[in-house]
Amino acid sequence: MDDAIDAAGQGIGSSVLRKEDDRHMRGRGRFIPDFKMDGLSEVAFVRSPLAHALIVSIAKPAGAAGWVFIRDDLAGVKPIRSVMRAPGFRASDHHPLAHGKVRFVGEPIAMCVAPSRALAEDLAESVDVHLEELTAVVDAKAVNGGPYVHDEWGAHTFLETSSDNGIEEIAKAAAVTVKREFHMSRQVVNSMEGKAILAYWDDLKSQLVVYTSTQVPHMIRTGIAEHLGLDQGAVRVVAPDVGGGFGYKCVLQAEELCIAWLAMTFRKPFRWTEDRREHLTSGANCREHFYSVTAYADVRGKLLGIDAEITVDAGAYSVWPFTACLEATMAAGHFPGPYAFKGYRSKSWSVATNKPAILPYRGVARTGICFAMELTIDAVARAVGREPWEVRRENLVPEDAMPYVNPTGKVYDSGDYRRSLDIAVKEIDLPAVRRKQAAMADGGHLIGVGFANYIEMTAHGTKLFAAVGLPFVPGAEPATLRFTPDGGLEIRVGVQSHGQGMETSLAQIAHEVLGIDLGKIAVVHGDTELTPFSTGTYASRSITMAGGAVAEGCRILAERMRPIAAHLLQCGADSVVLRAGTFYGPSGNISVPEVARTWYMRPEQLSGELSVCGLEVLGLYRPKVDTGQYSYGTHAAVVSIDRLTGALRILDYVIVEDCGRRVNPLIVAGQTYGGAAQGIGTALLEEMQFDTNGQPLASTLADYLMPGAAEMPNIRLHHIETLSPNTAYGIKGVGEGGAIPPPAAIFNAVNDAFAGTGVEVNTTPLTPRRLYGAIERWELGRRGAGA
Amino acid sequence: MKPAPFEYWRATSIDEAVQGLAASAGTAKIIAGGQSLGPMLNLRLARPSVLIDIAGVTELKRVQDVGGKLFIGAGTTHAAIEDGVLPASAAGLMQAVARRIAYRAVRNRGTIGGSLAHADPAADWILALTALDAAVSVRGPNGKRSVPVQSLMRAPFTTVLAEDELIVGIETDKLSSTAVWSHQKFSRKVGKFADAAAVVVLDDTSGFCRIVLGTPDAPPVVMRSLAEALLSDSKRRLPLDAIYSAVQTAGTAADSFDIQLQTTVLARAIEKLVLQ
Repeated sequence: MDDAIDAAGQGIGSSVLRKEDDRHMRGRGRFIPDFKMDGLSEVAFVRSPLAHALIVSIAKPAGAAGWVFIRDDLAGVKPIRSVMRAPGFRASDHHPLAHGKVRFVGEPIAMCVAPSRALAEDLAESVDVHLEELTAVVDAKAVNGGPYVHDEWGAHTFLETSSDNGIEEIAKAAAVTVKREFHMSRQVVNSMEGKAILAYWDDLKSQLVVYTSTQVPHMIRTGIAEHLGLDQGAVRVVAPDVGGGFGYKCVLQAEELCIAWLAMTFRKPFRWTEDRREHLTSGANCREHFYSVTAYADVRGKLLGIDAEITVDAGAYSVWPFTACLEATMAAGHFPGPYAFKGYRSKSWSVATNKPAILPYRGVARTGICFAMELTIDAVARAVGREPWEVRRENLVPEDAMPYVNPTGKVYDSGDYRRSLDIAVKEIDLPAVRRKQAAMADGGHLIGVGFANYIEMTAHGTKLFAAVGLPFVPGAEPATLRFTPDGGLEIRVGVQSHGQGMETSLAQIAHEVLGIDLGKIAVVHGDTELTPFSTGTYASRSITMAGGAVAEGCRILAERMRPIAAHLLQCGADSVVLRAGTFYGPSGNISVPEVARTWYMRPEQLSGELSVCGLEVLGLYRPKVDTGQYSYGTHAAVVSIDRLTGALRILDYVIVEDCGRRVNPLIVAGQTYGGAAQGIGTALLEEMQFDTNGQPLASTLADYLMPGAAEMPNIRLHHIETLSPNTAYGIKGVGEGGAIPPPAAIFNAVNDAFAGTGVEVNTTPLTPRRLYGAIERWELGRRGAGA
Repeated sequence: MKPAPFEYWRATSIDEAVQGLAASAGTAKIIAGGQSLGPMLNLRLARPSVLIDIAGVTELKRVQDVGGKLFIGAGTTHAAIEDGVLPASAAGLMQAVARRIAYRAVRNRGTIGGSLAHADPAADWILALTALDAAVSVRGPNGKRSVPVQSLMRAPFTTVLAEDELIVGIETDKLSSTAVWSHQKFSRKVGKFADAAAVVVLDDTSGFCRIVLGTPDAPPVVMRSLAEALLSDSKRRLPLDAIYSAVQTAGTAADSFDIQLQTTVLARAIEKLVLQ
């Protein structure tokens, strides 16, 4: 407040250890599989073994009628129909248990209930499902005529979009035209904890209680109530400890409806815990973007325009509430990234295939567009014969152009993109890398260096969501706050913390305003019964939005306390100053907790009007401009490529990031490292492949490779703090940035190693086999050049 | 991912385990560390009627130095070998191989006998013990027999053992003090099974030389002609094209990348051998 001082080093900018880590490090977290409950039944699903088939019949085993359920049993349950309000959108009905047809391997067909999961799986094996296989739609780039995933469409796309601000005119002036194709493969989210749901009926409150591993408890309450035909007041959703989400857990799942229906119908507790095979093959697919990019530039590589064709393999169904088209529409809308150029044409196709629905995964669309755009920039630089970083730098939106409106109308609030790149170039020591590269040119290893700039739209709000046309639009973000009679502060937020450390960072914001010790501040989240409505945690919004709401609530509390403090200090309210948790008057002081204690326990000391204005408040927050705050940064990678095996090693990795004011720098670093690990996985390891019949080719982590500690380079992290002009304390989000540019930086480094030969890599992940293919072309080119 | 129902027996001796196998008429499975069988049970790929747990059979954990031979109990964990439970000689190689099996958590429980019985062609022991020309000691209802590791694996995940036979240990000749070895393993990430691996053992004193190539889809291949060529080359060098054509002959490669990778892994193993 007035002279907020960070006396104890607990406020904004302090690297305090996370409060939640105490329970996690001691193995005392409470995840859904940890819960014990009398009469709890476990559920296993019978899942489709085929990607596309008609359901001819489903025979339950004899005597299992009350233990096995199919779609027809789920009376009154509506299919999930998630509609994007956009012209030409085709909707899909996603029944919680398959209806008529199965559309991907792993689609739930029946659910089986038993006292243990093993028995439920035994039961599932005895369900006889007769399917008639149809030709599967597997390649989103090769769809042409029937069969269709959704027969009634007579078409393959959920949505097609296009925009053009006059590219053809601009293209005429281009000295250089560069055309490239890129492919970011399908991945799996792989949160450490998969999905888990436990539901029961609370007779005391006549309420369906659903514990679910989710990022968005209030949205799930809305979704469950709407799909089961219940009043929202009759549904309580609780997210206890959640072991990571990354976007997977911000959608309503078919299994959520199934387990909720069981509890509602039988008034008993039921649980389903997703196993890793279910997670890999049916639950958590993401990405799979195809790009065809044409860049128009002048002789120096200055971009005049970009023409981007974007195809996203969206899978079989449209997920609620983010739809099947968030990836493609965001990719089209944000393709220009951090670059300033005028001409832009985009076309996008969200294609339905016989694969699991894709979900918004950390980086949402931007990991793909950053990959395509950054590789294009380097290709332009090579086409004009200049250092990629120089061409990149000249094309970046300059600091003095902020706030900058890009060709699709997105407003970049603040930042010095060029400075970020400059720091990365300096830290990676480009001249030294170039010397090493030259010295090793004829050795067994090739050296390459690559840069990638990115922007990360965070905390986008009402206006932007309304324009996108999703089924929901976030509004002002609430936090309710109250003092306890002993002067402790309880903060209740509708966002959910599942690894972000918000039990700590939101408390730090409250400390910043009120100066109370962090140990006396409790952040309550993850329970619709205890917290105000919020659309939840996604899109790197929580620290900005909930943080702003906490700050606002604390300000209101401070203003309510001020006259009480003044009364107790026997002075005017104007002469009282709040500093580090204490109100100071001209001739004395009183602590915030003491003011709280007086209000609750000794109201006789207060005059009438002071005792009616309580210490429980609602803080509401919305940034001044709510189309999003843009965090940004640069990643730089030096790689070494084994010419004989295609093995790639990351020799050096530098990250420069700017997420505005860092509330807790330790948490920011953790977010950045974790994101980068996932981005490196995207670049080098992770790929969910399917055969031509739509069968997934990985169903365990032995086949689907994730980065481990040994695959992580020693990342050197640097920060810039450019405050957002639009948010409380200048905060911007940081949840996704780390995961956006690693594929771009690493691929640019590889292409740099091949520079001058026309060999480029363009498909993730860069497996040794793929990289060796490029090496063979490179060797061939060298031999050709030598001869 | 929970196993189909099975009965669980805990054996306290080799005899008990063998009797259990015989009694189950081929429907039992032995479990020791469970690092491969556990996931296969959970995925219901393995569906034994009985699981016979030999983790508590102490006589299987014996390591003996008998004259010119080394006997390693089948229940010896990778971690124990990594930590130096074997005496010198071949131990140097085996210790190095053990260190690079999966992750320490797997090594803590996984056993050398279990790895051989599981018969994953990409696994490390089947490769290294083939290179050492070791043999497995097997016990069945009709008594003991010895099977060279080289002929243990009939096909991926299939051994030549009868359903009622149990691997009780590994017997390998000790190498002389002048013996050299090397181990090359190419995998996409630390802890993953190898895409290609090679072990070379060369003992000048006894004139023993073996070069073995490991791949994910076929039993390890003993590269006899390469070994002979290496032994007869005074500089201990082999031309790359000889290795390349040996790989082609081995038939372990599905495409040009496989050939390249297997050739490189072999070449590096041989090169490293000379450098030591």
